[in-house]
Amino acid sequence: MDENDVKVKVLGSWSSPFVMRAMIALNIKSVNYEYLEERLWEGKSELLLKSNPVHKKIPVLIHGDKPICESLVIVQYIDEVWSSTPSILPSDPHERATDRFWAAYLDEKWFPSMRTIAIAQGEDARKAAIAQLEEGLVLLEEAFGKCSKGKPFFGGDQIGYLDIAFGCFLGWLRVTEKMSVINLLGEAKTPALLKWAHRFCSDAYVKDVMPETEKLAGFGKMIMAKLRGAAPPKS
Amino acid sequence: MAEEVKLFKTWSTPFGLRVVWALKLKGIQYDAIDEDLSNKSALLLQYNPVYKKVPVLVHNGKPISESLVILEYIDETWKQNPILPEDPLEKARERFWAKFNDEKLLPSIWDAFTKEGKEREEAIATSLENLKFVEEELKGKIFFGGEKIGLADLVFGWLANLICVFEEVTGFKIIDERFPVLLAWMQEFLELPIIKDNLPPHDKLVIKYQALYEKYHPAK
Repeated sequence: MDENDVKVKVLGSWSSPFVMRAMIALNIKSVNYEYLEERLWEGKSELLLKSNPVHKKIPVLIHGDKPICESLVIVQYIDEVWSSTPSILPSDPHERATDRFWAAYLDEKWFPSMRTIAIAQGEDARKAAIAQLEEGLVLLEEAFGKCSKGKPFFGGDQIGYLDIAFGCFLGWLRVTEKMSVINLLGEAKTPALLKWAHRFCSDAYVKDVMPETEKLAGFGKMIMAKLRGAAPPKS
Repeated sequence: MAEEVKLFKTWSTPFGLRVVWALKLKGIQYDAIDEDLSNKSALLLQYNPVYKKVPVLVHNGKPISESLVILEYIDETWKQNPILPEDPLEKARERFWAKFNDEKLLPSIWDAFTKEGKEREEAIATSLENLKFVEEELKGKIFFGGEKIGLADLVFGWLANLICVFEEVTGFKIIDERFPVLLAWMQEFLELPIIKDNLPPHDKLVIKYQALYEKYHPAK
C-alpha cells in the first residue's frame, strides 16, 4: 500500500517543543496529517492513554493504526518511512552519531536546566541552571560550526535532525530570556546560533508550527503560577 | 584500510558492557581500555569532553560517546548480525524500549538500591510498575528482538547479570515470580555464548556493590 494512502495523526499540544519536532519532520516530507490537540490541563484523552499507555505523553504519531511514541524516535521513523528526499538524518554514520549525541544532550541536560529556572528555589539554584544553559549554548555554537561546515543549518543547506531537535526549543528559550531578563543567545558568545535561530524560525517547514513567543509567555506564566500554587494571573 | 577500534569503559559498567556485546556479536576486533574513574585518563577527557564518561568508542581516531548512540553507530558501520531490524516500525519499537530502560527502569531500580525510607518505598513501587510494562512487552517473544537479540536486549541486558547482585547485597528480590516472562528472558539471554563469555566476574561485582550499598546506607 502506498504510504501516502495511510492516515497520519499527531496527538500533541501547541506549546510542546517535542510535538513540534514531529510536525516539522512531516512537513519536510510533505506528509498530510491530522493534528489532534490534547488539552493536557483538562485530563488526557482516551486516544492518548490507549496510544501511549507507558508514558501517557505527547507527541504520539499514529500511522494507520500504529502508534509511535517519543519525539526523536518519531522523527527517525518519519525519515525512514518516507525515505524520499529530503533526508532528515545525514547518511554518514559518524555524522548521524554526532547528531544523535547532541539531540540526547539537549533532551537530557540542556532543556531540563531551562525548566529548572522556572521552578528554582532560591537564587543559587536559578544561577546554576542559567549557567548550565549558557555553557550548553557555547558547546552548541561550536558544534554548529563543525556540523554546518559554513552552510546555513546543522543539516547543511536544509534543516536536518539536529536543527529540528534544537530549534523546537527556541520558543521557550525566548520566553526564558524575557521572563528571567537575561540574554542567552547573543552576538558576544553565540553569534552563529543567533543567526541560525532566525533562519530556523523563518523556515517554511517551521514557521506555521512555531508558537508565538507572547502566547507561550502567557502560558508559561500560567504554569508557573499553578506550580507555585497561586491563582493564575489574568492574561 | 586497517580498522582501528578502541573502547574506553570500566570493568563493571553496564553501559560499556552493552557495547562489548555488540562488538562481539559482529565479530569486531577492538582494544579495550578499562578506566579508573577516580583518575580519568587524558585520552578519555579528550575524547569525551562534554560528559567525561565511559563508554567511548573510538573508530579510526574519531570518538563516539553515549552508549545508545554508539550502538546505532556500530550497527550502521558494520552490517553483519544487525541489532536493529529493517522495518521502521520495529526499529521504532526497539528504540522506544531502549530509551525506556535508560530513562525509566534503570534509574528506578537504582533509586530502589540507593535511597532510604519513603523515597525507597516509592522507588520500589515505580520499579515494579516499570517492570510490569517490560513483562507485557516481552509476552509471546523469546527476546525483545523476537527470535534473535537486538538493541533492546543488549540495553536491558544489565538486568541479567546485575539484578542478582543487587538482590544478594540488599536481601530484597525485585524480579520475582510476578515476572515469569522476564525471568525466562534473563535465563535465555545469559545462555547466549556472546553474553555468557563476556560478563564481569560475579564475586567482584558483589564486593563492589556491597561497598556502594554501605556508602548509601551508612550504619547509624
